[in-house]
Amino acid sequence: MKKLLVAGLSLVLVCSMLFVGCGKKEDVNKIPETIKVGTNAEFPPFEYKNDKGEYDGFDMAIMQEVCKRIGSEMKIENMEFKSLVGAMESKNLDVIAAGMTVTDERKEAVDFTDSYYTSNQYIIIKNESKVKKISDLNGKKIGVQEGTTGDFVASGDYKTVKNATVKRYKKGADAVVALRQGGIDAVVIDANPAEEYVKNNKGLKLIKDESSKEQYAFAVQKGNKKLAKEINKQLKAIKADGTYDKLVKKYIGK
Amino acid sequence: MSEFMSDFYKVFIYADRYKMFLEGLRMTLLVSVVAVVLGIVLGLVLAIMKMSAVRKGRRTLLSVIANIYIDIIRGTPTVVQLMIMYFLVFQARAGFWVGVFTFGLNSAAYVAEIIRAGIMAVDQGQMEGGRSLGLSYGQTMKDIIIPQAVKNILPALGNEFIVLVKETAILGYVSIQDLMKAADFVASRTFITFMPLVGCAVVYYVVIKILSLGLNAFERRLRKNDNRS
Repeated sequence: MKKLLVAGLSLVLVCSMLFVGCGKKEDVNKIPETIKVGTNAEFPPFEYKNDKGEYDGFDMAIMQEVCKRIGSEMKIENMEFKSLVGAMESKNLDVIAAGMTVTDERKEAVDFTDSYYTSNQYIIIKNESKVKKISDLNGKKIGVQEGTTGDFVASGDYKTVKNATVKRYKKGADAVVALRQGGIDAVVIDANPAEEYVKNNKGLKLIKDESSKEQYAFAVQKGNKKLAKEINKQLKAIKADGTYDKLVKKYIGK
Repeated sequence: MSEFMSDFYKVFIYADRYKMFLEGLRMTLLVSVVAVVLGIVLGLVLAIMKMSAVRKGRRTLLSVIANIYIDIIRGTPTVVQLMIMYFLVFQARAGFWVGVFTFGLNSAAYVAEIIRAGIMAVDQGQMEGGRSLGLSYGQTMKDIIIPQAVKNILPALGNEFIVLVKETAILGYVSIQDLMKAADFVASRTFITFMPLVGCAVVYYVVIKILSLGLNAFERRLRKNDNRS
């Protein structure tokens, strides 16, 4: 009897593990009343927690505006950057708004809206560093935020850097601390967070990596054309009526 | 099924990614083994410091120091200790040794308690018997108490080792490429989250299973000359 109970219970356990994330298929071509927006609030000025502890930043403000115009509620889900695409694939997110760069690899997993911002990778180094350009990082120790474009650049995926030792941190800020302490030689990260970090840390300077122009876009679930179209429509409207420029000025300041 | 196969190919075979898992496993095991040795040596010292209070029948300076140490280690999350060790003590250098020291120092606190409990579990009468036969405190400890205590301690110590191996999965927080980090890396390149995680879970499970089987065999061997049921 006891054995039977144990067997039964373990069967239930195994089954429940198997069906996690299988959830029922929803109609992807309906705009949800509450749009679940995934982000990684460690990426100023695009997304961060402000002094009041609320999610804030350029992406959040644009997405808020888009949701308002669509007439849906916005619910922010904060998680690690590298988990965002996976969370979307398991249908737990409707939109990713995380300064995400459009890449071919990501396109296999999600659909992107029109781009809403163009950025570059920046190299952060100490003032006394001799690094002048991206290829000077060959064979150096480079700190990055795990799974970001900076990670791909430093790992040599774009062939601009070779044989570097890549230290992958959970947050860009951790990489910057490691740089200040001398544990690594450079940090490769997107332009705007890089500027924020250098502004807030003495003794650091920036180099622009011209070879890495990139487009930020929002991501939606693969095949969710309706939502992508709706977001694109609102993005155009936001750009047309000057709201976009106002937000750029407020958050990015250029 | 074909999707499963293509995912499997991308996660484990493409660009020799299985090698990343193996490298990660190597790092996990290396950190665990060195840390457990450090933990046992330091734990033994801490246990002796703590036991000094039992012998004297009052608190001693050594026992107070050991108690404070154990209290602090047990009262803070390992991941916090790891971050402090990396960013504060080691100034973002020497990843491997950060892991070894964090988990070694952490484990020492638990090992000290295991050793102390093992010694205290030996019946009081054994000490009294030894002393009344004219043996000194040290002699009784060495020849009567410790041999019995070892049988209490070793299985629990093995358990501690297993816990330690699993706990090292947080090494990724300070950019050390352990097994968990290998899964993270592959997930960040393939955007397949589920399979790398399951893959790394399977590897952890197999390693732990081998360890616990070895431990069980060892425990049976210890019981061989034991008339306790």
